[in-house]
This record gives sequence, structure tokens and C-alpha cells, in this order.
Amino acid sequence: MDAVPSREIADMTGATALPRKNGELVFDEAWQGRIFGMTVAMSHDASFEWREFQAQLIAEIAHAEREGESSSYYERWLHAFERLLAGKGLVDPAALAERRHEFEAGHRDDVF
Amino acid sequence: MSDAQHEHGHHHREPESVLSLRVRALESLLVEKKLVASEAVDRIVGAYEQDIGPHNGAKVVARAWVDPAYKQRLLAHGTEAIEELGFGGVDLKVVENRPGVHNMVVCTLCSCYPHALIGLPPVWYKSFEYRSRAVREPRVVLREFGVDLPESVEIRIWDSSAELRYLVLPERPAGTEGMSEAQLAEMVTRDAMIGVAVVRPPAPGAR
Repeated sequence: MDAVPSREIADMTGATALPRKNGELVFDEAWQGRIFGMTVAMSHDASFEWREFQAQLIAEIAHAEREGESSSYYERWLHAFERLLAGKGLVDPAALAERRHEFEAGHRDDVF
Repeated sequence: MSDAQHEHGHHHREPESVLSLRVRALESLLVEKKLVASEAVDRIVGAYEQDIGPHNGAKVVARAWVDPAYKQRLLAHGTEAIEELGFGGVDLKVVENRPGVHNMVVCTLCSCYPHALIGLPPVWYKSFEYRSRAVREPRVVLREFGVDLPESVEIRIWDSSAELRYLVLPERPAGTEGMSEAQLAEMVTRDAMIGVAVVRPPAPGAR
């Protein structure tokens, strides 16, 4: 059920542990909540298993740490999610790049 | 008509980060492919965060409670005053609750909301029901939220827009004189800053 947080997700530990403050999840910006929600929604719909995403996120974090990148937790999450979607053939990276360009250029402005 | 359609005519023009655009592009594509429903994302975010994100707003409120000069600046020039605390990205007007006046925020057109200060809007804030009833029968809506105001209290409704967002400065509860700014901030809830709740004094012995 959407309404019941999954312990598998909420209680992730180590590098993938969700950022929290006083025990509550912290999304510093709206987009962080959106990317989190999209990832969880697709795992609920069985587009992928949560552990598959988590493995991708672990790899992404390890890569970023190795490279000394200053990217934030949810930025790494976004990269991991995009990679997983591409790897599963769910989203064509070229189509995504084009859509991104449309938003950046202001040709599209869907708000969710 | 869905919220998303409403918002087409109601453009948000605050500077937006590259990451935010990138996430919106992705959501747009996933929705189009029916891999994700925006409503499901809303529900999930709401379920996981409950009322996360009111922390920045709570800090602003607590500062205003302990620093009268800051409060004056906040009420006069909201946008500049929150920048003093390192928050921004929103044109803000702060409205003060005081004896006899209660303020409540709504966005009748869609769901404009001061994200930077109080996180993501709760699902009910975006609902057609709240958006219409907050204006038509605010007293009833407030009672449903557990706020029972005497008839003598004037209720002011503030309709947010893409250009200007509102934040309610709740009344500081009695019995909090000895509390630190950080302790005060912990008491301030998201709902109080939307104006559908009041800040309750700490229960005796709770601390």
C-alpha cells in the first residue's frame, strides 16, 4: 500500500540511509521528494525490486565518493534512478535528454 | 480538471535549479509512459514525510517570537527577512495571528506554497475541497482541523499565487517564556504556519 511506508525503504542503513532530522525524512527541496516518490511508486508497481534500486544507489554513492564529487544524497539518487530506468529499458536515455532540454529551454513547463 | 492542468495557466517563475528541471522532465516522461501516476507520488511522499520540511519555517517563526526587531522586518519585508536566515527562492508575505485575528492560507487556483520554508504541500492543501471551502466556510474548515475560534475572531484568508506566497506567524503560546529559540522552533508545526492549527503550549511535565 502506498500509505504505509515500507520498512525496507524507510530503514535503509549505511550510505543509503535516508537523510533525516529529528527522525523525520528531510527533503530540502521539492524535487527531492518527487524523485523519492517516483522511485518508491515504481518499486510498488513492480517495475523493479527495491533491492535493485538500492544496489544501484550504493554503486552511485561509491562512485561519487571515489571521484570526490560534492553531489548531494538525492542528486546521487537521481543518477542511480536514471541509470536503473535505462538499464531496465524503461526509459530511453535519448528521449530523456530531449525532454530535459525541452524543460530547460522553457518549451515545456508541466508542474506536478 | 486536475491540479496539473490548473497549473498550466499559472506559471511558477521563481528561479529553478537544473536538478529540479531535470526531475520534472523525468516525471513528465514517466507519467506519459504511464509508469508513474503523480497522485501516487504525492501519496507516497506524504506517507513517508508526514510533515517533514516545516523546519525552516519553524526557525523563522521562533526567531520572530524571540526578536521583536526581526519580527518587524519579517512582517514588513518577508522575502528579505527570511534571506537573513539563509532561506530564499520565494517571494513571501508573512501574516501575523494575534488576539482577534486569525490568518489562513490557501491557493484557490492550484497549490502554490512556500516549499522552501515548509516542505511539500500536504495532499489536502491541494484538494479541490480545501481550495474552495477555505474561502467559502473557513470557520467550519478550521473546526474540522480542531481549531474552534469564537465568532469574535476575524478570519483572514490569503490566496497564494505564483508571484506571492504566504506564511502564517502563529501566536506564541503562553508558558513558553523560558524556552530557547531552538525549543520554540520544535513546537511550530506545518499546519500552524498554513493557519489551520495553533501552536499548543507544552503539556506540563512533557519536557
